[in-house]
Amino acid sequence: MKHEGLPSTPISFYASAKEALANTQLRRNMGKATQTIRAKRASVVSEMPDWEALREAGRAIKERTLRHLDDYLLQLETAVQAAGGHVHWARDAREANQIVTRIVQGHGAREVVKVKSLTTDEIGLNAALAAVGITATETDLAELIIQLAGESSSHILVPAIHKNRAEIRELFMRTLGVSDLSDEPKALAAVARAHLRRKFLSAPVAISGANFAVAETGTVCIVESEGNGRMCLTLPPVLISIMGIEKVIPTWQDFEVFLQLLPRSSTGERMNPYTSLWTGVAPGDGPQEFHLVLLDNGRSGVLADTIGRQTLNCIRCSACLNICPVYERTGGHAYQSVYPGPIGAILTPQLVGVDVAGSLPYASSLCGACYEVCPVKINIPEVLVHMRARVVRKKQAGLLSRLDPENVGMQALGRMFESPLLYEQAQRLARLGQWPLVRGDAISFLPPPLGGWTAMRDLFPVADQTFREWWAARNKT
Amino acid sequence: MQIALFITCFNDTIFPQTGRAMVQLLERLGHRVEFPTAQTCCGQIHFNTGYQREAIPLVRHFVATFARYQVIVAPSASCVGMVREFYARVAEVSGDRRLAADVAALVPRVFELSEFLVHKLGVEDVGAYYPHRVTYHPTCHSLRVLHLGDAPLRLLRKVRGIDLVELPNAEQCCGFGGTFAVKNADTSMAMLGDKLRCVLDTRAEVCAAADNSCLMHIGGALHRQRAGVRAIHLAEILAATE
Repeated sequence: MKHEGLPSTPISFYASAKEALANTQLRRNMGKATQTIRAKRASVVSEMPDWEALREAGRAIKERTLRHLDDYLLQLETAVQAAGGHVHWARDAREANQIVTRIVQGHGAREVVKVKSLTTDEIGLNAALAAVGITATETDLAELIIQLAGESSSHILVPAIHKNRAEIRELFMRTLGVSDLSDEPKALAAVARAHLRRKFLSAPVAISGANFAVAETGTVCIVESEGNGRMCLTLPPVLISIMGIEKVIPTWQDFEVFLQLLPRSSTGERMNPYTSLWTGVAPGDGPQEFHLVLLDNGRSGVLADTIGRQTLNCIRCSACLNICPVYERTGGHAYQSVYPGPIGAILTPQLVGVDVAGSLPYASSLCGACYEVCPVKINIPEVLVHMRARVVRKKQAGLLSRLDPENVGMQALGRMFESPLLYEQAQRLARLGQWPLVRGDAISFLPPPLGGWTAMRDLFPVADQTFREWWAARNKT
Repeated sequence: MQIALFITCFNDTIFPQTGRAMVQLLERLGHRVEFPTAQTCCGQIHFNTGYQREAIPLVRHFVATFARYQVIVAPSASCVGMVREFYARVAEVSGDRRLAADVAALVPRVFELSEFLVHKLGVEDVGAYYPHRVTYHPTCHSLRVLHLGDAPLRLLRKVRGIDLVELPNAEQCCGFGGTFAVKNADTSMAMLGDKLRCVLDTRAEVCAAADNSCLMHIGGALHRQRAGVRAIHLAEILAATE
């Protein structure tokens, strides 16, 4: 399965999940990987006596920042410019891609290296660059793997989480021209390292995402594990960083909170191996030209919604993916968006609309595990239900879509529950009507749309004596 | 104490034995039980599926039915979770301030059975006898919406004759999720398959929980597979005596 950035045509989670669930190797890879990372996270989080207070601080900082987002973004712009950087504002993916392409072409570059590519995946930057003959090389190991495989990411942080090392060995042998390669992680990393080192030294332009940008000084930050980020951020003479407008934080003091929350929530580490921070340009040190692209691409719309806006608290740690029982089984591709898992199920439909991504808010059992681990306390179940309400309102606004069996059924059910009399009649009717379906003490077959239930589960029928009938009989005697 | 039963619609209709067990248990503990017969559904099905406007009259109906009772107890963490966590939101959607005020007044008086026994009454030993091997599945809404903690387990540990065994990976969702079980039936089944394996690994003969909704899902599959394990609501175990 392959998706490009954000979906633009209607997607069906049901259909793509069905396909993914049938892949037993995927199930095994996902189960193993998510269980491992969950255990690591739980262990490092349990070391922190003030974890709940940190989460609350993270949430509060984000909420305050979003409330004054315009001020902080302008402050960031001024600070970046004062430090010798250039700031660009992009309303949408097309504008952002044009800005980046223009800069790269302005330097006559045919090749760029990339790190932290999530936001650039959102806008489809690689395809836009390729269209004008510029080759982008992903340098995060997992991003490189999926780029070589011609696939798309299935996880925010570990884009190749769906692949095991035997599959990666086979891929490297096929695409990087190496033979006699073992599937030891060290050997695989060494091959990628040799391949990437040549790119780091030759590419004239680097393109990065950003984890945070501190408004008071104009400092941009990237946290990473492999050192490829440090290479991208220091070797090429030109650096372009693209960040969603919600990534700004006001001060360095706020930064302290997030640097404790992020690594523990994402990779399950106390501290990530590389934390790179840069402020504009410094003569003789690192890139001599720095561009910061501030991307909206639907975020202002999210901000306008009082319940939905907490989605913008997200620091892309992926703890919600790793804990999600749905994601663990379907993998990321089933969500058909660069943002999979629980956060994707609320972010994607807010960015592209429920006409396109209306099936995603239903891709959850509302178990609440995501909310519990979220380091910035995004109440994902609350937003899921909020988005479902948006789907239903849309459905009810259409003349034909109003006749959708679910809507008709829910209306009837609602009217029945409003009246105790109708409800009791319905109980009796169901008891009478169910007899062709009841075999022994259970129902093993139901017609569509309820057939999904009986595909694997029996259903217990309406009782011979409901509780209220028992109660009435008991009080009579 | 005078206790009003909020029996919930599917317990009333499909699992009346759970309601009868509640009555037996609470009366044995010396309380007077009432069943307001006007009650129907709390509106969770509608609210969780996105039919928020349709949930408004059901919330009104619930408030009208239970307004005059001081203590309301239900054998469902999920339905109590709906009332406690989301009724205020429905009232907000309705734009009716009166309803919002009524909801705010009523919500603190609605309890799930195990939290009522352990936290409100301070009872752990309810005098039950249940000589079976039992594993307990903490449902998502009892864990992460109501935060019942170990209240159900504290009750079960005091049951005489019980062989209580720990469920591996207990805190993971069974895959029910209301309409999720039908709308995304395949994913729901994949989750359920793993839950069943954990249940069967315990070699328990009974899988217990504080929600018959999840048990309908787990028990429905155990029944289909003729697994030799039954799903039983916590209330029925607590009501059982020698």
